[in-house]
Amino acid sequence: MQDLSLHILDIAENSIAAKAGRITVTINESRKANLLTIEISDNGMGMDNDMLRHANDPFHTTRTTRKVGLGMPLLSQAAEDCNGKMTIETEKGKGSTIKVSFQLDHIDRKPIGDIASTIAVLIAGNPEIDFFFELVRDDKDLIIDTAELKNDLGDIPVHSPDVIRIIKDTINDWLKQTNYGIE
Amino acid sequence: MPRLTINDLKKIKENQKSTFKLREGGYRAKITVHMGTCGIAAGAREVMTAVLDEISNSGAEDIIATTSGCAGLCAREPMATVEILSSPPVKYVDLNADKMKEIFKEHITGGTPVEKYAFVVGSETTY
Repeated sequence: MQDLSLHILDIAENSIAAKAGRITVTINESRKANLLTIEISDNGMGMDNDMLRHANDPFHTTRTTRKVGLGMPLLSQAAEDCNGKMTIETEKGKGSTIKVSFQLDHIDRKPIGDIASTIAVLIAGNPEIDFFFELVRDDKDLIIDTAELKNDLGDIPVHSPDVIRIIKDTINDWLKQTNYGIE
Repeated sequence: MPRLTINDLKKIKENQKSTFKLREGGYRAKITVHMGTCGIAAGAREVMTAVLDEISNSGAEDIIATTSGCAGLCAREPMATVEILSSPPVKYVDLNADKMKEIFKEHITGGTPVEKYAFVVGSETTY
């Protein structure tokens, strides 16, 4: 994975596979604390103890199409490479929360990457899921809440091309204004 | 706290309310981009972005794009499956944004599968 936006897409796809109806993604960049945290939370099927124990084992996967599962180990390693860590909170039947932290200015910290594309692809490919994205940089933040948008949009689908374009433009404008991901 | 709200979307609502149909159910073509860890690492997001751009450019309302997990052929990612109503699905491998755009034009709009990028025609599993 080249950047963190791809890791986020990957972990969110796990939530989708776990049949989540609602997925919350918070990316918090604090220059004061020199800390970058990412939290991905869902109300999917969650993991039992046995599965949780193996979540970070590359040779454990729930799928039947292949014998390795690299998504979580790769993210965990990306965090550990820059004085951070990954933690998993999960309850069978209730959902899972994955938290990762990074030393913000660590030389090995991967860049955020094209987070607007990650968000656009998630919403466009899974319009039935409610996504709540929060981007925070120091005291500024941006919220994209598709449950709210869907309500307001009425009979216009949230994944219609114009809506996706506006969501993407809004994120990219905000990133530019806050110099997000750039020191 | 800035929030993307309906105010930003009002214009769309005005422009589109009369013309935009609900797509659920009544689509002609479905494109599934495989988004497992392998696919994402190989560039599946760019392929999906290309699909969304092409749908937007074409103005078509009967094409849907979605994602799925790993299909078990990680070495041939990024992959996408194209299903046209009443035709067998076609699985494409080793994709990038440019190839996806070509497939969109030839197969989804034109109706002829792009054989040089196709892995298999029809439903199959590798396990």
